[in-house]
Amino acid sequence: MTTTENITSSSAADLSQALQAGELSSVEVTRAYLDRIAATDGTIGAYLHVDADAALEAAGAVDAARARGEELGPLAGVPMALKDVVVTEGVPTTSGSKILEGWRPPYDATLAARLKAAGTVLLGKTNMDEFAMGSSTENSAYKVTRNPWDTDRIPGGSSGGSSAAVAAGLAPWAIGTDTGGSIRQPAAVTGLVGHKPTYGSVSRYGLIAFSSSLDQAGPMTRTVLDAALLHEAVAGHDPLDSTSIDSPVPVLAESARRGAEGDLAGLRVGVVTELGGDGHTDGYEPGVLARVAEAVALLEGMGAEVRQVSCPAFDLALPAYYLIAPSEASSNLARFDGVRYGLRAGDDGSRDLDEVMALTREQGFGPEVKRRIILGTYALSSGYYDAYYGQAQKVRTLITRDFTSAWDDVDVLVSPTSPTVAWTLGSRVDDPIAMYAADLCTLPASLAGVPAISVPCGLSDGLPVGFQIMAPALADDRCYRVAAALEAAQDAARGHALLAGIATTGIATKENAPS
Amino acid sequence: MEFHRSMSTPSPKGQLTRDEVAHLAHLSRLAVSDEELDLFAGQLAAVLDAVAQVGKADVADVTPTTHAVPMTNVMRPDVARPSLPRDVVLAGAPAAEDDRFRVPRILGEEA
Amino acid sequence: MSDTLVDFDEVLTRYEPVIGLETHVELGTESKMFCGCSTTFGAEPNTQTCPVCLGLPGSLPVVNAEAIESTIRIGLALGCRIASWSRFARKNYFYPDIPKGFQTSQYDEPLCTAGHLDIELDGETYRVEIERVHIEEDTGKNLHVGGSTGRIHGADHSLVDYNRAGIPLVEIVTRPIPGAGAKAPELARAYVTELREILLALGVSEVRMEQGNLRSDVNTSLAPIGSLDWGTRTETKNVNSLRSVERSVRFEMRRQAAVLDAGERVVQETRHFHEDTGSTSSGRSKEEATDYRYFPEPDLVPIAPDEEWIEGLRAALPELPAARRARLKQEWGLSDTEMAWIVNAGALGLVSDTVAAGATPADARKWWLGELARRANDSGVELTELPVTPQQVAELAGLVTAGTVNDQLARQALDGVLAGEGGPAAVVESRGLAVMGDSDELVAAVEAAIEGNPDVADKVRGGKVQAIGALVGAVMKTTRGKADAATVKRMLEERLVSS
Repeated sequence: MTTTENITSSSAADLSQALQAGELSSVEVTRAYLDRIAATDGTIGAYLHVDADAALEAAGAVDAARARGEELGPLAGVPMALKDVVVTEGVPTTSGSKILEGWRPPYDATLAARLKAAGTVLLGKTNMDEFAMGSSTENSAYKVTRNPWDTDRIPGGSSGGSSAAVAAGLAPWAIGTDTGGSIRQPAAVTGLVGHKPTYGSVSRYGLIAFSSSLDQAGPMTRTVLDAALLHEAVAGHDPLDSTSIDSPVPVLAESARRGAEGDLAGLRVGVVTELGGDGHTDGYEPGVLARVAEAVALLEGMGAEVRQVSCPAFDLALPAYYLIAPSEASSNLARFDGVRYGLRAGDDGSRDLDEVMALTREQGFGPEVKRRIILGTYALSSGYYDAYYGQAQKVRTLITRDFTSAWDDVDVLVSPTSPTVAWTLGSRVDDPIAMYAADLCTLPASLAGVPAISVPCGLSDGLPVGFQIMAPALADDRCYRVAAALEAAQDAARGHALLAGIATTGIATKENAPS
Repeated sequence: MEFHRSMSTPSPKGQLTRDEVAHLAHLSRLAVSDEELDLFAGQLAAVLDAVAQVGKADVADVTPTTHAVPMTNVMRPDVARPSLPRDVVLAGAPAAEDDRFRVPRILGEEA
Repeated sequence: MSDTLVDFDEVLTRYEPVIGLETHVELGTESKMFCGCSTTFGAEPNTQTCPVCLGLPGSLPVVNAEAIESTIRIGLALGCRIASWSRFARKNYFYPDIPKGFQTSQYDEPLCTAGHLDIELDGETYRVEIERVHIEEDTGKNLHVGGSTGRIHGADHSLVDYNRAGIPLVEIVTRPIPGAGAKAPELARAYVTELREILLALGVSEVRMEQGNLRSDVNTSLAPIGSLDWGTRTETKNVNSLRSVERSVRFEMRRQAAVLDAGERVVQETRHFHEDTGSTSSGRSKEEATDYRYFPEPDLVPIAPDEEWIEGLRAALPELPAARRARLKQEWGLSDTEMAWIVNAGALGLVSDTVAAGATPADARKWWLGELARRANDSGVELTELPVTPQQVAELAGLVTAGTVNDQLARQALDGVLAGEGGPAAVVESRGLAVMGDSDELVAAVEAAIEGNPDVADKVRGGKVQAIGALVGAVMKTTRGKADAATVKRMLEERLVSS
């Protein structure tokens, strides 16, 4: 592992081992990524902010500590990227919005502080749909991010900067956030592993809130083991987050390693009928359904017992989500009023405060954010609350009940992660409903707060397809076990990791395209 | 003080009018343009049509869900901790004066 | 401010008032409601703020346990039902003093409901029903710059200080209070007074009204006598002194009566009270009020007090003011009226502390309601603000009882204490106020009086004993009051009256 190419295509776990063994220094690893970012990110557009000097300084500090013989954690010196929704002290944080342009926070998110304490090296902040609202990263106020598999296509969203960065070898791994699928769907369409943890298991302190009752941060990685390692590093109770679950960090990496051994004997797998099953195939691409069916067959081949499970309330997940998330967002985004930080527009002495606030928010927010604020304001209005927000919260209970009764019969539920592969840039921008449909499969787990992972299950038309594995609350380890088994079986059959195929597609041929 | 929401019936699905969108935009402090109003009214009507499906669910005796793992009584002890230095607090302010955040004149009543 | 007003007594010939109060109390916790920032009053602007109370992106609230316990204790003291399930809600509106764009409050699931507070007023007891007690956070403070008066109207711009933002605020809401008639203004005041006493006894707040620790929104409505419906109410906001509570009700009754007399409708609205004129003026009309879009705060989990927690707090409640008054009245052997005087003078704690320091209840009462009340009144301050402690008053009473000073000298000693010259004994010493004993100086004064008034002395010798008063007066004059009159009289009798 000495060439830049090797460094930027290897798993974080392998980098960690090489660093611990002294085969590589953190500066070497970090520089390799920075070089590749300099060469390639003009095309990909994964990052909103990269501070090479700060990254190299942090890397150098880890190397120096290692040279002094200091006790370092396993992740020390491994670079990483954070979605720009994560608040980082002194480092620009925008959540993809003009309204926060130039803001340098005076504090660190809990997960950023944990990764810093673990000795990881922050490469930069990744692009995203503004305030995490979107499924294509096209709602970023700053730039377009391209899918490394085909740069005419979207990288998924809202964590599209993180997915593109990891898939394109611009970071070994990254943190994303998932409100309705924003880790899993971009991971799926870029051939990555992405896990949305049980709600409450990763601190939300310092994540710029979109929908408080749904937001969760999690790993976006090249391998299942990496995801488990990154998840373990950021998980655990945080007294600064009242919704944080006060229980020990689950053993995840060990589950991934065990899963990779390929023995799923006795595991009961439920295929969700409502998510692409019989009678529910509208909007699902045949290629996606075919890859998912093959993955299910692989699980069966490893000893899993597979059955169909019906979760009728899942049909209402999309409408419930598009009431709950905008409602909470309309309130969460009210603090962006131009008084304490961020943009202020029109303060020329001629306007009163209300006018300046309204102009600031008009100019600072993009159209999708405004649409959702208006929708959420409507859904919370007196007279409409019961019919919309209140009703949606009850539908949430019905979805949770479907999960709960499913757990009587199965250990995990599976489905496609997204009904389609990555679509071409611009093709859904003017059609919010079509855009929202990308979240069809990921929403139930978000609404119920249960863990769900997306793991690659092959290509359709040369583009990655994601396989979703959902588990009961706090049983994140099951997601890792099953995902690792699938990953190992597929890699063995293919002879290499799915991501290795990327070299022959998009990025290599379009590297020198004008950005 | 009124503690019960009025139970008026929502507009029929898909009937979010341009005027209603304008009112909601004002309530949300968004100085939307006329073009946006036209655009949003159409798009939101379609979205509302889709989300109104939640009304189909039979939710008699169903309690609303808020957290995957039900928790109560999460509290912290009453201990004072250091605050941020004032220069840090005001560093991000669009305008500051006399160690305070400066805002344009406020119309309306004193709260 | 050219409201037409009806004479107060005349209002009551035609209308029945209904009042209601929403009282906000800043708790005296060390830290804020949802973060660890200090709550110390009077700090430099924006020095007690952090990501949470500034509403910085990404920050999250965590509930202050002490604030919850204080709220429950207030509820228990008011006889409320304590909810077994309570939640916070977001009250959404835009204003620069609320840093998150919403106030974290409670809406339809408050911590305490259905209590009551009995108010004694002129020998009658009024039961004030408590609708709810809930906990929320205070706002920051806006300073209006460029206007002539520092008020919002005409200001050029405003400056915001978030030190107060996030301080725990308890809101105590009464149900409408009918039936007080002419006593409505006094009842409003007496209710807030009693509430304040309870809060002090609980130790949950310093309740300094001048610092805004306690502010009341006062609702007033009038209905024609005999009407089955209550009238339209107005809400006078942020009334922050006991006297103003009473005056605001009185003013609103007189103003609304004039409106109704003219055949017009009272507008449901918020109003502002003006201390200088004792009047109210119109604020925003409630009919155009913002839709607050309340919904359960997703960043906090429910508060679900169990029996054990509640009963533990109940068991630890201190003696409440009403019980304390009843006990002290009996211990001190006072009549209802005598006790009421003490309470109305705001002297209960002072008298009680003075008794505890060794004075008899009669002496303690005499000093605080007499001489000290007069002096407080003369200097326009509250009794509690006089620079004299209950211990010092007890010491003074002790000096009188021991005969060291008489009442007149004691008042001179009090002058010294109030002037900061030290405790009563020290002042008596330094000012030389001690009563003269059978001293040479006194003998000389007595004999000088006899010699200087031979005619009077002869009259006494001749049996007109009542003439002795003039000689006593002469002695008191030469000794400048330091002699004990009874001693002087005895000494004169020894010399002039044959036994």
